[in-house]
Amino acid sequence: MQRIRRSGARATRRAPGLLAVLGLGAALAWPGGAAAEVALVAVAANFAEVMERLEADFEAESPHGITVTTGSTGKLYAQIVNGAPFDVLLAADQARPELLEQQGIAVRGTRFTYASGRLSLWSADPGAFAGDGAAWLRRGGFRRLAIANPDLAPYGLAARQVLEALGVYDALAGRLVLGENVGQAHAMAATGNAEAALVARAYVASPRNDQPGSRWDVPADLHAPIRQDAVLLMRAEDNSAARDLLAFLRREEVRRVIAGYGYGSD
Amino acid sequence: MPDLGPVWLTAHLAGVTTLVLLLLGTPLAWWLARTRARAKAVVEAVTALPLVLPPTVLGFYLLILLSPAAPLGGWWVAVTGETLTFSFTGLVVASVIYSLPFAVQPLQSAFESVGRGPVEAAASLGASPLDAFFSVVVPLAGRGFLTAAVLTFAHTLGEFGVVLMVGGNIPGETRVVSIAIYEHVETLRYAEAHVLAGGMLVVSFLVLLLVYGVNRRNPLHVG
Repeated sequence: MQRIRRSGARATRRAPGLLAVLGLGAALAWPGGAAAEVALVAVAANFAEVMERLEADFEAESPHGITVTTGSTGKLYAQIVNGAPFDVLLAADQARPELLEQQGIAVRGTRFTYASGRLSLWSADPGAFAGDGAAWLRRGGFRRLAIANPDLAPYGLAARQVLEALGVYDALAGRLVLGENVGQAHAMAATGNAEAALVARAYVASPRNDQPGSRWDVPADLHAPIRQDAVLLMRAEDNSAARDLLAFLRREEVRRVIAGYGYGSD
Repeated sequence: MPDLGPVWLTAHLAGVTTLVLLLLGTPLAWWLARTRARAKAVVEAVTALPLVLPPTVLGFYLLILLSPAAPLGGWWVAVTGETLTFSFTGLVVASVIYSLPFAVQPLQSAFESVGRGPVEAAASLGASPLDAFFSVVVPLAGRGFLTAAVLTFAHTLGEFGVVLMVGGNIPGETRVVSIAIYEHVETLRYAEAHVLAGGMLVVSFLVLLLVYGVNRRNPLHVG
């Protein structure tokens, strides 16, 4: 009971309503541990699956708990600017965490790169391209290619850069279908509605992606680096769950777990 | 000032959907209004499903059904060379399902309130069933047709979740107003979002005002 009261009181002070409910729910969800504090973490869609694993690892060793919300970086950013009660943002780019810092919504000096994104071209058809996706894209013998919306999602922007670097963007522009985030773009290809998707390698390398399919790992020099920054948001300046999570993400063994999901190290 | 392409596309989609639904919904509503079959309750329940199902359920199933890998989607590709998902035609299919109850229910109520009397009178005067329908029932149920058309049009304007899932956000093809507003908000282009959202608000209000204004004297249960 002590635990529930502490968690509930803290959450209520910070944000009435929603967080109180979340805090209470979180405290009730971990009857064994001492969930002293709970951080609400906004996570870019590409990192959602890794985050599930890291959430379990973090909560196994920490007295604190986290609750995760995923979406496109653009949407999460717009929600934060408009007062969404997030404590930490794990973005898919550097630009939005930096903007939040400049606007005084994020805590200065807490921003760092927690992952570096890589792209893969993936098709549900095992015979689509045998390793050489670049040639397949240049041939253009397909109807639809799914990418994340370049205006909303950094992976969408990187996908467009890849197509531009290969010199096929103008030819393919009419055949691109845009997912609201990289997860939706992947689903378009996984359900066979688009012949292929140019998406985060984390999706393609995921154990959940159990269709055989074709895969081409895009060389990192075909697009600007996708450095994904994490930042502590002002409302969570004194939230030790949020601070502990950021320290946890910097640890060497955690970075190895992240790399195992298809992220680069630069 | 935002790109007005999505506005015309949305109006086009709503117009085509309304036309298709009046053509398909009229015989269905007529049958529902007159049948004593036990299957009536089942058909009524199926027709009303889009009222209660989340758009994501419809969007998910359409993504599966309309996929070129599925029989229906594959057949469409073989016949037309185009895919149904990520296309205007696909959105028409989705909208026809999504707005079905908004066409059928007002028509069914209108046909029920016309009753059997006028049709039987016309038949006794020698009119064929089709003749009786067009010369007697349609004029008497005129308000029902107007309500069905206006509600179907308005409901299609308001479509979002299904289009987000099966549309693919293609300008001129599937980027309707609701999707354009969503994108403007996410990219912090609030001025453009305001123009489109305000426009939707005004148009939707006027459309509903038309329905309620017309039905003021002789209320017709809808929805």
